[in-house]
Amino acid sequence: MTHDARPLNVQEIDVFTDTREVLAHANKGAKQRGFQDWLICDVDAHHVETVSWHELVEYIEDPVIRHQAMLYQKERIGGAPYGLNGDMGLKYQDVGGRIPHQAGVREPVDDTSVHRDVTLTRRAMQSLGVDYMVLFPTPMLTLGLHPQPEMEVHLSRAYNRWLVDKVLKADNRIKTLAYLPFNTPTEAEAMIEEFADEPGVIGFCVPSVRHKPLHHNDYMRCYARLQELGKPIAFHAAYHWQDPSLATVNRFLGMHALGFAWCNMVHMTNWILNGIPERFPGLKSIWVESGLAWIPFLMQRLDDQYLMRPSEAPQLKKLPSEYMRENCWYTTQPMETTNMKALQVTLEMINAESQLLFASDWPHFDFDLPQEIFDLPFLSEQAKRNILGLNAAKLFGLDPTPVKTL
Amino acid sequence: MTEFRIGPADQIPEGGRLVVDCDGKEVGVFRVKGALHAWHNTCPHRQGPICQGRLYAQVIEPVAADGTTRLLAYDEDAQHIVCPWHGYEFDLQTGRCQGRPTQRLRPAQLREEAGIVYVRP
Ligand code: FES
Repeated sequence: MTHDARPLNVQEIDVFTDTREVLAHANKGAKQRGFQDWLICDVDAHHVETVSWHELVEYIEDPVIRHQAMLYQKERIGGAPYGLNGDMGLKYQDVGGRIPHQAGVREPVDDTSVHRDVTLTRRAMQSLGVDYMVLFPTPMLTLGLHPQPEMEVHLSRAYNRWLVDKVLKADNRIKTLAYLPFNTPTEAEAMIEEFADEPGVIGFCVPSVRHKPLHHNDYMRCYARLQELGKPIAFHAAYHWQDPSLATVNRFLGMHALGFAWCNMVHMTNWILNGIPERFPGLKSIWVESGLAWIPFLMQRLDDQYLMRPSEAPQLKKLPSEYMRENCWYTTQPMETTNMKALQVTLEMINAESQLLFASDWPHFDFDLPQEIFDLPFLSEQAKRNILGLNAAKLFGLDPTPVKTL
Repeated sequence: MTEFRIGPADQIPEGGRLVVDCDGKEVGVFRVKGALHAWHNTCPHRQGPICQGRLYAQVIEPVAADGTTRLLAYDEDAQHIVCPWHGYEFDLQTGRCQGRPTQRLRPAQLREEAGIVYVRP
């Protein structure tokens, strides 16, 4: 019997291809696995906030800086977005055009009733089978290195206000962990007060690329307040080529592999050895986008060294690894999967059943799908449900009933 | 097993492709060095739409006799298809994954008769 084959609408995926086409196989996989009945929370996804920079600068609080920024956005050519530091053109994530969705999500959007980013996020949620998606900015993740600490404050407050106004209010399935400008602790405290009750703000985020140590006494008021409010604090990793410790790395692959783990390894080491979990036992910290393989390494390394030098970490009442598995939460992506035995041991070591939160990191080149957790052969169904959504629901106080329509 | 008619063979020029749906199963037909190759549109990594990815010649880094390197180059002999989801690269002729040759694209049975191409997915 012979039938006619039907040519697909999209022969070659590019930056203009609709997200739903790019992720059509993901949607099919979600349906096959019955995700309609599973709560799926994606705790780390992104949008490119600089596309909307001209809107965002209108939310800058300082009238002089706001005026300057608006004129810059209107008139300046050949420059990066106003006030933004970072790696300029050293952004090779799309592997020379091989992974188009990383280069740009430039598909047509006709619906003008909501911000474009709302539509794009809805398309991603629908395709991946996600109930709630936590949205993070992208280029702003290196603002912690800004030479003007006040600019981190101006831009992060503007971003938080703009995001609430234009994106979060439009769809209660889109959430965020609001940016804390940690180089100015008093402003970070003010940010917590301003945004703790805003719609869609389910916690706070400190981008991990920064040089001020997280155990500095200046931050204790922030931690105390977050503990009191029951709002988690996330440390979102990134890479940057100005890090002297990575100065010899010449390939983006190497920079990305190390940079995203390294910043959180350093912060976690300080976090534990300075006894932050002892001082704030109710503070929930989430370690985002560093993958998982670094955690068993650091647990073993710190445990061994701590036992030989306990006088240097006098606040600890148990092993560093015990704090890491009881007081800290982790997002899955980019989940290392080339050695399943190692992954299984990792999940056991971090007590994944209660501490692990699914994250896609869509639309980045190393994004993960919920099906990767579902398909793991060594987890119970309950563990899978916890990782994919129930752990996040508990942590953030979300209703565990699925709300999506696949 | 049902056979699906793809269309005239000359519809797929050198370096070209046709990705089709065969009652729910997707297949990509490619012409490389004159010959047609048919692969399932399912990436062995995570089921991404491999056949809808971009085509690149394999990148190589020639090493001089003294062990030094200077430029990168394309090896035009080795045509790759790159998965648009995460960038895994596969040789279009053999289906082998660069860096992990045991991971391969799944071939679809292909037949050409009287200038018409047919596949059995
Ligand atoms: S699904 Fe193809 S590279 Fe991941």
